[in-house]
Amino acid sequence: MLAAAALLLLLLAAGPGRARRDALREELLLSPLPAGEVAATFQFRTRWDADLQRGAVSHYRLFPKALGRLVAALGVRELHLALTQGFWRTQAWGQPPLQAPAGAELWVWFQPTVTNVDKAWKELSNVLSGIFCASLNFIDSTNTVTPTASFKPLGLANGTDHHLLRYAVLPREVVCTENLTPWKKLLPCGSKAGLAVLLKAERLFHSSYHSQAVHIRPVCRDASCLAVSWELRQTLTVVFDTFSSGQGKKDWSLFKMFSRTLTDTCPLASQSKVYVDISPKNKEKELLEVTPTPASVHEAIVQGDKRTYAVYDLLSPSLFNTSRSLNVQLKWKRPQDSCYIHYQPAQDRRRPHLLEMLIQLPANSVTKITIQFERALLKWTEYPPDPNHGFYVSSSVLSALVPSISAMKNMDVEQSPLFTSLFPSSDGSSYFVRLYTEPLLVNLPTPDFSMPYNVICLTCTVVAVCYGSFYNLLTRTFHVEEPSRGGLAKRLANVIRKFRGVPPL
Amino acid sequence: VCTSRFWFNYRHVANTLSVYRKWLKCFCLIFHSHIVLMLADDMACNPRNPKPATVFSHKNMELNVYGDDVEVDYRSYEVTVENFLRVLTGRIPPSTPRSKRLLSDDRSNILIYMTGHGGNGFLKFQDSEEITNVELADAFEQMWQKRRYNELLFIIDTCQGASMYERFYSPNIMALASSQVGEDSLSHQPDLGIGVHLMDRYTFYVLEFLEEIHPASQTNMNDLFQVCPKSLCVSTPGHRTDLFQRDPQNVLITDFFGSVRKVEITTERISLDGDLAGFESK
Repeated sequence: MLAAAALLLLLLAAGPGRARRDALREELLLSPLPAGEVAATFQFRTRWDADLQRGAVSHYRLFPKALGRLVAALGVRELHLALTQGFWRTQAWGQPPLQAPAGAELWVWFQPTVTNVDKAWKELSNVLSGIFCASLNFIDSTNTVTPTASFKPLGLANGTDHHLLRYAVLPREVVCTENLTPWKKLLPCGSKAGLAVLLKAERLFHSSYHSQAVHIRPVCRDASCLAVSWELRQTLTVVFDTFSSGQGKKDWSLFKMFSRTLTDTCPLASQSKVYVDISPKNKEKELLEVTPTPASVHEAIVQGDKRTYAVYDLLSPSLFNTSRSLNVQLKWKRPQDSCYIHYQPAQDRRRPHLLEMLIQLPANSVTKITIQFERALLKWTEYPPDPNHGFYVSSSVLSALVPSISAMKNMDVEQSPLFTSLFPSSDGSSYFVRLYTEPLLVNLPTPDFSMPYNVICLTCTVVAVCYGSFYNLLTRTFHVEEPSRGGLAKRLANVIRKFRGVPPL
Repeated sequence: VCTSRFWFNYRHVANTLSVYRKWLKCFCLIFHSHIVLMLADDMACNPRNPKPATVFSHKNMELNVYGDDVEVDYRSYEVTVENFLRVLTGRIPPSTPRSKRLLSDDRSNILIYMTGHGGNGFLKFQDSEEITNVELADAFEQMWQKRRYNELLFIIDTCQGASMYERFYSPNIMALASSQVGEDSLSHQPDLGIGVHLMDRYTFYVLEFLEEIHPASQTNMNDLFQVCPKSLCVSTPGHRTDLFQRDPQNVLITDFFGSVRKVEITTERISLDGDLAGFESK
């Protein structure tokens, strides 16, 4: 008993000297986008105070062994791998937090000690294709480049010899559950606890944009930078279109997006936070309401803009006090632009399209509404006699309540003159007006109407000539005819012929 | 192995994934690392899939056979005749990761399941190349010569599938096919929501049969041969057992569909040197 206790003490004493410190920080950023979507960016940072290049490291705790051995064996200084499905629409969504090209992107800086960089690159892409179940083994000299100006190292670097950099993109690469699963398995808590419980494939791939990335780089261990630590950053950005799937409301919650809520923290994480971007847009305050009430609010300048974030710290004990799960919800306090849309699609030859929208037009601005349509082919009997004139699309209607600068008096509509009765107002502050747009003349592709006639003529001719000839040949009968004796004129002619010595008729 | 590309061949991917899932879930000792899964096209995240990240095998959309933890080893353009033969024979480039290799030895029982479009004596890969029954037979002979299998069960669900096993000549191979030469294998049921057929008949009935098998089951191969008679399958399933040394009556289904770990206890000291195993994928 005593011996066992002594042994334990000995092991504990020996422990801290050999163990290298590692830490996991997980963060989730939720940003509502201008067009109504929501972008969720996850970041899991594992930092390990070990030198993977020198010394045989055999005990891996938070840092995944597969990647650690890869870095050590192939002399990798920095590794950046991104798998993306979709495209970040900067015009509609604003600036992306982290963007990656569609497909698979891999760029790697090797250590100066690597002699044959191309061989190491090929081996690296093969190993990564096995780890992430992606066809990265298709990376070869035909799609690899060595950029000289872009893609400078993001971590510690002792000099940048560009021959040590390799960059390749596979645009045809598909991202699906089989790529997400090994990515999740690299996390210390997997997908069982912490922020990663939200990562369910069925919801993540039902999105407009999905990008997952792995970044490995060396960083300074502390301010003096005497030793090197390795940082593994796993990021995942996904954009959900809650507007079109949420019956036209821009409210969202964690449950609506991921069909899960946060229930537990990852016990291995030293920091676990959720940030919600509640920056006021268009200089209007108090538009967003976030539940539950955030513990603190953080302000920062991000990408040149001042932004406000609501912070939820999952590690603080008060968060899970009231309920076992955390479901962050965002509600819009005032009705937003186009909060009411009624759309009835057309049915061919039965009813037209109907689109009604309730819009709030901001002052001193131009609002453009565009609708795309396709021109269909009509049946040839449905064309009017002058089809080349085109077809008319009726005018759109704009009905508006326009605020009035001066207050109007409510008057009896029956007795009032023309100019007040035409623009009735229910209260003195605004008046009703209805405007119409120009009608649209659309040129539809017009067929050649003479073709049916041409076809009939041609077919009938062919039928008549071919069939008629055959019919003739098959049904014609031949019979011999007796020549007739001839009349008086013939007998006279024969007599003359006999005199001439010519055979008779 | 699923060899068909394009959205309308959804059922071949669903076939393969159902067999994969049955293997993993019902016969618990099989791990992802024991299976090499080759899918020639991506159906789950296909833009035409109304429910992304799912592949269904039954028209009520009850079971998502794609699941959350599938590992596809060869996908999309990697599924070629050359890669398939290389996996079987073990002639792979040295940098291939472990998950893409068939790490079998002379005590392994191997199950090969193939589905796609086929004809008399060939199987089509991705609509651009074929593998003939002669090539397949030769590949199996190479495996036998290199002692890469103990017993091999070959199941094929394509049109005229029986022609694929006609040319085998290596010992210890048992083969099952969904239809005879001159017959077509038919699909089971379409789903109006997804818009394609979800599964093939033979595979559907084989999986129904396997529902009742559990790791300790004593059902033998003869029962598997009776699955899917002509009344249900419309085609006549065939089988070939002449190369197999044991009587099919004595061969348990779990020999191929389960995994038995043989543990050997030794008291000797074994020293492990340097890098034994290369890189592992978890």
